Formats: sequence, C-alpha cells, structure tokens
Amino acid sequence: MSTPTELVDYDEALASYDPAMGLEVHVELNTATKMFCGCPAVFGAAPNTQTCPTCLGLPGSMPAVNARAVESAIRIGLALNCEIAEWCRFARKNYFYPDMPKNFQTSQYDEPIAFDGWTDVEVVTADGTETFRVEIERAHMEEDTGKSLHVGGTTGRIHGADYSLVDYNRAGIPLIEIVTRPIVGAGDKAPAVARAYVAHLRDLIVGLGVSEARMDQGNLRADVNLSLSPAGSGTLGTRTETKNVNSFRSVERAARYEVSRQAAILRAGGSITQETRHWHEDTGVTTSGREKSDAEDYRYFPEPDLVPVAPSREWVEELRATLPEPPRARRSRLQQEWGFSDLEMRDTVGAGALGLVEETVACGASPQSARKWWLSELARRANETGTDLAALPIGPVDVARIQALVDEGKINDKLARQVFDGVLAGEGTPDEVVASRGLAVVSDDGALGEAVDRAIEANPDVAAKIRDGKVAAAGALIGAVMKEMRGQADAGRVRELIVERLS
Amino acid sequence: MSAPLIERSAAALADALASGETTSVELTQAFLRRIAAVDGAVHAFLHVDAEGALAAARASDERRAAGTPASALDGVPVAVKDVLATEGLPTTCGSRILEGWRPPYDATVVARLKAAGLPILGKTNMDEFAMGSSTEHSAYGPTHNPWDLDRIPGGSGGGSAAAVAAFEAPLAIGTDTGGSIRQPGAVTGTVGVKPTYGGVSRYGLVAMANSLDQAGPVTRTVLDAALLHEVIGGHDPLDSTSIDQPLPAVVDAARAGAEVDLAGLRVGIVAELGGEGYQPGVQQRFDEAVELLVEAGAEVVQVSCPSFVHALAAYYLVMPSEASSNLARFDAMRYGLRVLPEGVDSPSAEDVMRATRDAGFGDEVKRRIILGTYALSSGYYDAYYGSAQQVRTLISRDFAAAFERADVLVSPTSPTTAFKLGEKLDDPLAMYLNDVATIPANLAGVPGISVPAGLAAEDDLPVGFQVLAPATADDRLYRVGAALEALLEQQWGGPLLSADQLALETEEHA
Repeated sequence: MSTPTELVDYDEALASYDPAMGLEVHVELNTATKMFCGCPAVFGAAPNTQTCPTCLGLPGSMPAVNARAVESAIRIGLALNCEIAEWCRFARKNYFYPDMPKNFQTSQYDEPIAFDGWTDVEVVTADGTETFRVEIERAHMEEDTGKSLHVGGTTGRIHGADYSLVDYNRAGIPLIEIVTRPIVGAGDKAPAVARAYVAHLRDLIVGLGVSEARMDQGNLRADVNLSLSPAGSGTLGTRTETKNVNSFRSVERAARYEVSRQAAILRAGGSITQETRHWHEDTGVTTSGREKSDAEDYRYFPEPDLVPVAPSREWVEELRATLPEPPRARRSRLQQEWGFSDLEMRDTVGAGALGLVEETVACGASPQSARKWWLSELARRANETGTDLAALPIGPVDVARIQALVDEGKINDKLARQVFDGVLAGEGTPDEVVASRGLAVVSDDGALGEAVDRAIEANPDVAAKIRDGKVAAAGALIGAVMKEMRGQADAGRVRELIVERLS
Repeated sequence: MSAPLIERSAAALADALASGETTSVELTQAFLRRIAAVDGAVHAFLHVDAEGALAAARASDERRAAGTPASALDGVPVAVKDVLATEGLPTTCGSRILEGWRPPYDATVVARLKAAGLPILGKTNMDEFAMGSSTEHSAYGPTHNPWDLDRIPGGSGGGSAAAVAAFEAPLAIGTDTGGSIRQPGAVTGTVGVKPTYGGVSRYGLVAMANSLDQAGPVTRTVLDAALLHEVIGGHDPLDSTSIDQPLPAVVDAARAGAEVDLAGLRVGIVAELGGEGYQPGVQQRFDEAVELLVEAGAEVVQVSCPSFVHALAAYYLVMPSEASSNLARFDAMRYGLRVLPEGVDSPSAEDVMRATRDAGFGDEVKRRIILGTYALSSGYYDAYYGSAQQVRTLISRDFAAAFERADVLVSPTSPTTAFKLGEKLDDPLAMYLNDVATIPANLAGVPGISVPAGLAAEDDLPVGFQVLAPATADDRLYRVGAALEALLEQQWGGPLLSADQLALETEEHA
C-alpha cells in the first residue's frame, strides 16, 4: 500500500517484469467558440468573463454542438487511421465537483466519434531507429471543466485550503481525448515509446492545425497508465494512472519512476493499488492521488439534450482529402530536401526538433545550421532547464536571424551563443541583443593590429616558429588575440594579420 | 351585453384590442384585480409581476395605437409556469433550493411571448421540479382546484391550469413530461396541449426529464390554445432537439374543426386506455363524446397498443434517471439556496452540497433522485434504463401501427376526476397511476390535447377527453378538439366553465 523508500533500479526491474503502458491524451482544440455554446474559447481572459447560461450550467440551459469541433475530432481520428463512427452520441459522465457546473461532464462513452486506429512512432535507441506501432482504442469529444484555484494551505490542493475560487472560462472548451490500447512488448523502451508517442501526437496535431498543442500551457495533457506483470507471463498487472504529466520528457521520467516504484512493491510481495497518481516535476516522483476503484461509478447515459452526431461518408472523405502529409512521408521528404544523413535525421527527430528545423529553414537558414543550433546549443539548454525544445522562449525566426548574423560576418559562433543567452533571457530579438550587449565582431585593423603586435611581442617563441614557416603555430597567437578582444574579433582576419607581419 | 373581459377567450380579447374596445393596460389590470381577489384561495401564482405586466401592456398599447401590433395576441396577458426561466423574475420550480434565484436570461418560450407582445402576469405554482400530479409537492404550498377548493388542480402544472380555470389569466404556459399539462387541464375543465416533442423549444425549461419534457398552451378554448401554440412553437437553434421544419397550421385547423365536419376521420379507441380502473363517470362522458364525433361523421375503430401496459414502469425509470442527473447541478456553489451544515467547523464543498441538497429538496424529489441514481448504476443500467428505452421503442411501434388504422387516438385524459388534497400523498404509486393515459404520448414523443368533456355524474367535477396524433401532426389535435368543443358547447348551451359556477368567494364584484 505505502510507497517503499527503496526503488528498484530501472534495468533490474525490467529483468523481472514486463511493463504495459497506456496513454490518455487530452487535446484542447483551438476552435473560436466552446464545445456546446457560443462563448469565445480564448486563453487568459479575466476570470468568468467568457461564460453564458450554457457553460455555467444554469437551470434550463441547453447545449448545442460546435460543428467545427466535430470536424477537428474527425480529422484527428483520420490522421490516427481510425474508423469514423457513422452515428454516435454524447453521454453524461456524472460526478460532483465544484468546478464542473452541471455536476456532469458532457462526454462520449461507448460511442466515440473515432475508434480502432493506429499510428507508428519512431524511437531512437543506441542501435538505431526502431518503429513501434501504437494502437488507438478511441478518440472522443468532450468539454473541459472550470479551473479551481485553492487559496491558502500549503499544498495548493483543495484539502487544507482556506477557500477556493473557480474560473468557468475554461468550462466547455472542446477537448478530444485520445486513448491508446495497452502498449506491450516494448520492454525497457516502453517509457521512450510513450514519450515518442506523445511527441509524435503533438507533431500530428500541430500539422492538422486543430490545437496549439502546447504541453506547458495545458493544451495537450497526458495521463500515463502503467502496470507491470511478471516477465514472460503475458498478463496485465494492476495499473496506476499518473495525471497531467506536462512535458515529453516527464512522460518518460514518470513512466520510469513508476516502473521502479511498482517493481519495489511487487518484489517485496505487495500489490499495486489501482489509483490516480500525481507527477512532481521538481522531485521526479509520483505520489498517491485518489483511489480509483470499481466504486467510482459515473452512471453514464446518452445525453438527452443532444441529437446523435452522424457524419456523412462524403464529408468524412472530404476531410480525409484535406489531411496534411503523414509524419513519416514528411520525414523522408525533408531528409531528401535537406541532404541529412540517416544519423542526422534520426537525431533531429529524436530531439523533437523536426518541425523547429523545418520552420527555421523556412526562415532562411541552411538546414545544417538550423540543425546545429537546435540540436547542440538549444538542446543543451532545454536539457538544463528540464523543458522541451518547443517550450524554450526562442523560436525558429530568432534562430534563423542569429544564423544570418553569423553568415553576414556580424557575429561569430561564440558571440552567437551570447545572443542565444540574451534572447532566452528575454532581452529582445537577436538584433536587439547584439546592440544592447555590444556583441558586434571587431574587424577594425587598427585595434586588431595593435592586439596582434602585443601578442607577437608577448610570445617570441611562437612568433619565431611562424617565421620559420610553421604557420600552424599561429593558433596560439590567435587565441591570445581573441582573449584580449573578448572574443569579439573575426578570427580569420586575425590570422591574416599575423601571417602578414611574420612572413 | 358582452361578457366581462376576464371571462372572454383570448381570441375574443385580441378582437377587443384590435377593435379598440379595450386596451392591454385595462385588460392586464382586470386580471391583476382578479388575481388579487381570488388567488388567496386558489394559490395558482408563486409570483405576480404587476409592474412588469403593466409596463409590457403599455408598450403593447403603443404598438396597437401605431398600427404595428407584434402578433394577433399582442396585449393579451399570459401566466407562465415557474419552471421556465424568466430574466429578472423569480424562477423557483416550486423548490426551496431555487428560492430567490432570478435567471439572467429568458427561456425561448418566454422570449417568444415577449416578442409577440403578451404581458406576463406572473409565475404559476407547480409540483417541485414538476414531480407530481397534484401540485401538492410544491415547496410553497398546494394550489386549490377552483371547482372545489378541497381538491387538487392536477399536476405538475396545477398553477397554470387553476389560473386559467379561475379566470386569473386567459392564457398560460405549462410543461408536460408525463401529463403535467393535460391532466391538470382535465381536472380543471380547461384545454391543455402537449405539442410534438421538439415542436416547442425547451431552452430555458428547467429540465426534469429532457427526453420527455415539452412546453405547451393551457387555455379555456381550443382556438386559444392554437393561437398560443403558434406564438411559442417552431425551431430554435438553442435546442438541438427542436424540429427544424415549419409548425403545422394549428390555428387554421382549430378554425376548420369548429365547422364540425369530421367526415372521413378515423378515430381510434385505445383498448388499453379505458375500462377497468377508470371512474364510471369519466368513462361515461368519454363514451358520449365519442358518440358525438361519430354523429359528426367520424368513423370509430378499436385499436390495441399492448405495450402501453409497460408505459408507467418505463416512465418511472427514464424520468428519474434523467432527473437525477439534471438535479445534480443544485449544489449551492453558484446560485440558489446555500445551507451550512450544523456543527461542522470549516465545512468542505461536499459538506455544503450535502446539507443544501438535504434541506433544499422535498421528499418526492429525493425519492426520484434515489430511484434514478440506482437505475443508472453500473450493473443495473441494462436491466433498468436499457429495458425502459426498449419499452419506449415498443410503445412507438404500437403508436405507429395504431396510426396506420386511425388518424387520431382517443381516451379519457385521466382515469379519475380531481381527488381530495392529501388523499394520495402517502401513496406515491396511486399518485403515479393518475398519469397512466397521458404517459405513452411522452414516451413516444407524439402530441396530445385534453379538452373538457363535461362533468362526471357522481361528483360534478370536470372530465377530460384526450386526443393523440402522430408526431408533427399537431393540427389534427386542434381539428378534432375544436369540433368536439363546438359539439359539446351546443349541448351545454355555452362553455363548461363560467365564473359564477366556481366555488370562489371574491371581492371583485363589490
């Protein structure tokens, strides 16, 4: 029942147990209006200003389905190779919660709009790229709840709070919930497959243009289900559901943590409690939420205020025809266009940088320079701060501009890193950072010449070697000049000046 | 000399307004005086909005003076059942839990009444959340039947029916989930129509059972009902279940029906809705009315709808299931009553919800919430809710088969005349049985009307005659209803209802 203090080492755990994973991903659609009323579906408005009798659940109010949300749901379903229901209904999911205006959520139950799909995700491993097929059980439409803010207390949760505030602006925002079938047989790669799936799903959703799909803003919310069963048994164990894991990286970390935690309990002869767990980004652990047992009975029944949704086959085919290029086809096209090696391509995809590189190239940077910045400099910084590349406060436009500054000779690679610092710190655009930090390369021969003379004077041995024709030794002098100029010099010009003086 | 204003039909009042004989302000004042005089005894109203009604009446008179009336009924006052949201006016649904709530919006029906220029006199009493057949389940005290103040006015819309019967309003809006317009109509000697499901918008109707509820007219004449039906009916984008096609020509049908030519009309008598369990005086008036229709040229066929025997059971699964979910929103978080639990230091949201729902709901409401919650529970859903939905399908098939053989179906509206207040309060099942003839129409979504058929011999109380038609053929109700009304009034020498006849002591004539 209780969490053991000792976790089992991940690899050791997987020697004894097979993990099975399942992902439930909620996608907040970017429709202009809410799922069942005409209120604007906007982010960040003053609390309770984007509401009406329907999304407040006032007595007598009734829902009416947002046709654009249905269209988005069908497009997502098609992109995931799902069947699209010829006829389906909404259902009420009944439970009491203060941020749910009607005390039931209008959702779909046994008649989802899309079902029986699949999608292939690629996982980068030491041995190369492996493709896993993730089966999609269903994708269904539902409405979001309001948002509670618990004031006072220490945990920010409802228990122990002095009072709670509820903002109903979010109530009724359209959501698509995408549920996978159990992902089995991935072994120690299961957490990586889960991460790759969520990243892949995000690419797909962004490609469809149906959501902003930003995990850090809650447009894309993943619940990670995981269970362990004795290795080779072919059975499914009791699962836990870790809620609202809000980055790709956390999906993998949370899964790995649950493997270690559950293995420790099982090895000690305990049993796993079926429950909801909370992910803690800072400490990297999950903690017990509420128990989720058979006692939870949502008393689903068809929503009597709505008529069935029956998309015609003609409409579905029209929507299928508008689907963007599937991710795999897109990858091979881009690899060819960019001239990347397999390894380069794999790294780019693995880092979740494909779309970012594509956009950076579209902004004028060369594919190799775009790849270089995103996969080295920016990947390192994302890793340091524990965020995803896409969530960094810098975009393809900025990266392309920094590369342009390098190409124009205004800065060098070393200065470019400082420009990245500035942009990431919110100091403005690359040009603004160059100006405010005074980062332009010095190529004025007067100042450089003096520095070169001083370097030659201070390093007579090196100078002598160069005079003897050992031009390779010039590196030491260049280093000295660059140091004096604090890096703000054009290294090529420095070399020229040294060779001029010593030949 | 013409009849006093309050005793005239809405159609006659519209004529009087159009001819300039009277004004809407004068009319509205007359009804407000009548309410002041008799409603202490009848208790048809929960809230009277004299100020709002008179303001609307003045605006109506200005339109009439300018020659731009908003509708035929512009200026004719109306009463509205307290289950429909009225912007700024209390809307309690007969429940403590909504005491003091003033909606920020109008139900579509109310918006259409206002757009057509009908001043709203006030909100009428009802069984709490429309759960009952006697209006005794109102948290604000029962309504009394104007024919005999010791008797029930029917329910749940007893307030609307009693208001119209007592001449406190010429027109009223009711809602009918299992008979709540038709049965009160029957026991108060008034006309009540449940339109085809989807014929009148439910937006703003506080739902008891969404798949059964339907708002409709409560009036003293069939033509008045048609006129009101035309004002409130038709498609509404805010109600996805409303029918997106033109309303049938109900007013034309009512006028044509009054010509009393029923040649070629096939009238089906439903074997399952009559005979045993029906009060002899009720059955007698029904049989006589059928005879009149035959004399007017109608052909009678006997039809059987065997699934109707399961209607009551199915209804008491579907209705509480939907109600249990609908009523979940009354949780003290956003509006209405809020009760803090006693002896709890810092109550949680759940504590407050529990205390409020315990104090705010009456026993009948709690009974149905428990029934519905149980019926929807996992493991029971298929046996209860699922089976009930299958029964609905069977009932719809019975109707379809019967309408192959008959253009309309007829039955007594209610098995008995008005019973005494308190008589069935301790016996819910006996109370439920009162709706046995009206419920099948709700389960199948077909329209029905109740028209007065005379007084039962044994108790001199009104009997209702029900006509049912296929979905979207509401015009047939009006044709047959108006014909029967004309034939009966020829016999009676005038309308069944007259102000003198009622057991009401008033101060008005003083």
